[in-house]
Order: sequence, then structure tokens, then C-alpha cells
Amino acid sequence: MAFAAFGSSTAPVEQAPRRRSGIALILLAPGLAYLALFFLTPLISLVITSVQAPVEFGDVGQFQNAFKIENYFAVVQDYWPQFLRSFGYALVATFFALIISYPLAYFIGVTARPWPLAQAILLTLVIAPFFISFLLRTFAWKQLMAEDTPFVQGLKALSILAPDANLVGTPFAVIFGLTYNFIPFMTLPIYVTLERLDTRYLEAGNDLYAGPLSTFLRVTLPLSLPGIVSGTLLTFIPAAGDYINASSSFLGSASTSMIGNVIEANFIDLLDYPVAAALSVLLMGIILLIVGLYVRRVGTEDLL
Amino acid sequence: MKFSPGKLVLPLFSALALAFLLIPIVYTFIFSFNDSVKSNIVWVGFTLDNWTNVCQAQGVCEAFGTSIVVGIAATVIATVLGTLLAIALARYRFRGRSAISLMLFLPMATPEVVLGAGLAAQFLSASVPKGLGTIIIAHALFCLSFVVVTVKARVSSLDPALEEAGRDLYGSPTQVFLRVTLPLLLPGITAAALLSFALSFDDFIITRFNNGPVETFPVYVFTAAARGLPAEANVIASAVFIFALVLVIVGQTSSAARRKRLAKLG
Repeated sequence: MAFAAFGSSTAPVEQAPRRRSGIALILLAPGLAYLALFFLTPLISLVITSVQAPVEFGDVGQFQNAFKIENYFAVVQDYWPQFLRSFGYALVATFFALIISYPLAYFIGVTARPWPLAQAILLTLVIAPFFISFLLRTFAWKQLMAEDTPFVQGLKALSILAPDANLVGTPFAVIFGLTYNFIPFMTLPIYVTLERLDTRYLEAGNDLYAGPLSTFLRVTLPLSLPGIVSGTLLTFIPAAGDYINASSSFLGSASTSMIGNVIEANFIDLLDYPVAAALSVLLMGIILLIVGLYVRRVGTEDLL
Repeated sequence: MKFSPGKLVLPLFSALALAFLLIPIVYTFIFSFNDSVKSNIVWVGFTLDNWTNVCQAQGVCEAFGTSIVVGIAATVIATVLGTLLAIALARYRFRGRSAISLMLFLPMATPEVVLGAGLAAQFLSASVPKGLGTIIIAHALFCLSFVVVTVKARVSSLDPALEEAGRDLYGSPTQVFLRVTLPLLLPGITAAALLSFALSFDDFIITRFNNGPVETFPVYVFTAAARGLPAEANVIASAVFIFALVLVIVGQTSSAARRKRLAKLG
């Protein structure tokens, strides 16, 4: 599945590399043309749009090519809180998703290994949220978080929530939604690496008088690192760009708006294309930078 | 084995985590039976009307139909282009191979909002009117990389001896491809196609930037969410959920049965 995306899954069989690159070219041409036309060119358009200036005496939404680098300074000045919120919320949500997903993945991949049927059922339950609309799932949480539902009363009874507090529209609700929505993306890649974990290594750790904790920290955790890297990337990247959870029709409010909400509002409602484009370019640049540093730091092999 | 309460922590935690994952699904399903008039927030009473007259809510069925059409079109484009790319990348060595791999990885690492805004900016500057076509183009784009990854894994794990055997039996390259390679790749291609359809069907963020006046099911939900979502939307989502679940169960049982048969033969 796609979740093998970041940690190559199947062991490649040795294959004699063939050199008839004529055929390769024919196979590659249509797909590459598609990517050039609908991925690379749009990115270039985005960069060009990001430095456009309004047409003088023009209508709303009319811009001309310019070289207005100041657009970038302006958007950082105007929207730095949303940038901070995006990366902050995404980071916290990634952390909680990892905390919830790792034990779950361990249970399915290692503990449940002697029972393949149970494993299959548990995995199906993990991917079950994918079968129901992302928007409806989030909307369901909004309803459950409305005042006086058993869910909110439970939180209040456990004094996790103040008696007069409102949940929807708070950072808590947005981070909650992000965490919820990306748990399967975190669980699956970790499961894939743990499923292939050779439990004899754990016995070896035990034989060498390592306690359960040190066996976990020095054997299990390092061996499952590729899955953790994939899972955190598959959660962090979409979470940082998400604008559904933080949208005020769902779990957010004006005070929780993330960078995706600002891009959407500027592009679709305000028709301020240069602002939306400059924000998009910055978002993409920062994410690539973070991903690059992170992957280098944890030192995982090639990603595709 | 000795019983210790510590052994219960992990199963209990996992059960809670799974319950957490399933809460909104159960909620959506239950509220598909709600006898609500306008907005489906408070439980009024049980009814089957929403299920028997799904299309009575304005626009729901049209949006659902649009999503199916878009899903099929995007899946066909992405699966064909992606399978060709995957075969080339797994089988041939050529210059620029790593650059191409990077270019295929990048769309997966790009936030959807950036992909959506980029395409929209491109359609704007080329004065392409937004509609069904632009939605399909956008969906096929983000499905493409996932198809390549899924099919490539299958190509790489293919035993080259099988194709050699085909050639030894005087199969022409076309015959070997059609009668040996393609059938062996089929499970990977099918998985990629199903994944593409699922991704396309559920996409909202990229669609929002490129749909123009056309409403897909997620766009419908988003627009309706602001003024109150009709229970019919829950019906459609629940029906899709049940259908997908059945599909997965059938797929898993049939592949388990196949494995059993192979084990018997071996």
C-alpha cells in the first residue's frame, strides 16, 4: 500500500539492469510529461504569481507580472502567527499520534502475530476511518464536542475540561482533530516495520540480561525507526497544510486559523492570488527544509 | 505462561485506541437514521426515510455521481501512467533516474493546499475554465505518485526467472509481457487503482481550488456543513463505508484462500 511509500517494503529481487533505454523512454514519456505539465509548471506559476502586483485601476483579482519581492515580507509580517500555529499544531498532533499509534502498531504487529486472523481484523479497523469521508469524520467530532454531549460531560467530569468551557473553536479541538485524522497514517508504517521485526532479537536482548525497557530502547525502537520516520512525515506534512480541522465550519475558529485557511481564504474568497501564492511557496519551502533536516538527522536510506 | 496484570495494559490500550478511531464512524452511521428536518444535530427519532429516499436532499446524489465519475477517470489516468513509470524505474537503468524518482516523491511531500493552489494558479494564467476536467487533472496528479510506489514494489519483487522461462519458450517480448509480466503485476495494479479511487473520492483540499461550479461529494459536505448537513449525507457516507468494508473483507478472504491452496500444492 501507499504506506510503504517512505520505507521501501518488499526486498527487491536481484534484477539484471537492462540497457535498452529506448523502451524506458517510451514508458517514461507520458508520465513525465504529465508531471511536467501539472506539477512542475504549476509550481513555477505559483512562484511567478507570488511576486505579481495588482493591475493599476484594475478589478479585484487582476494582477500583472512584476518582481514584487516585498509580497513575501508582507505575508510574513501579516501571517506569522498562522505559520507558527500551523507548525506548532502539526508538531503536537504528530507527537500525540505517535504516542497513540506506536503501542497500537506494536500490539498488532508483534503481540498479535500468532493469530493472523486477529491481525487482519485489527488492521482493517485501523484503516476503517479511510472508508468514511474525512469531512464527515471531522464533522462528527464537531457534533460530539458540542455542549452537553456525553463526550463533553465526560471530559468535564474527569476535570479535563473546565465546567463552563466550550470545546469547538479552541486549539485543543483543532489539535484533537488533527491527531485523530492522521493516526492511521502513523500506525500503518510503524506496523509494517514492527511486523517484520525478528522477535529473536528481543530474546537475545533478554538473554543478555537487558530489562524490558532497555531491550525496547536499544533493540525494538531502533529497528522500527524507519516506520517512525515515515509515519511522522505522513502525519506532519498533511497536518501542517490542513485547513479542514481548523476551519470555523468544523473544529476551529478565527483564533485557530492555520496557514492553509489563510491560503484558501486569499485564493478563493478574496481573489488575492499573489498573497496566496507567496504563502504557498513559503509553506512548501519550510516543509521541504524541515523534512530534509529531519531525514538527514535520523539518517534513513533513500525514500522512494 | 504466568498471568500478570501488566500483560493487559497493551491490549487494553489498543482496544481504547481502536474505539477512539471508530467513534465518529459509529456516530455518522447512527445519525443516518435520524428523523431530522433541516439540520442533523439533535437526535429526533429513528427513521428509514433517509435511506429509502437518499436523493430527496438537494444535490447530494448529483455530488455523489460526480465523485464517482471523477474517481474513475482519475484512477484510469493515474494507473496507466503510473504503471508505465513504475516498470521503467524498476527495470531500466538510465541517466536521470534519481532525478525522476525525486520528481515522483515531491508531489507526496507537497502539502495538498500547495498542489491545489499551484494548479489553480496555472489554470488561471492559462485561462482554462475550471470544472470537471480540471478536477480530474488534479486528482490524477496526486494519485500518480502513489500508483508508482505501489506498482514499483510489485515489479521489484517479481522473479525475473519467470519472464526468462517465457522467453525460453519462444514467447515474443509482447507475448511475455501480456501473458507473464502483466498477470503477475495485476495484484499490485489493482491495489494501486483501488487506492487511487479512494484518494480521489475523499479529496477535498485540492478539489476546492479547482472545482469551479462543479460539486463533488466532499465539496457538497463542506458547503452544507456551514448551514447544517442533511442526514442523507450520512447515508451516502455510511453506504460507501459498508461497501468498502465488504470489499476489503472479500479481498482478504480470497487472498487467504489462495495462500492456503498454494500451501497445499507446495
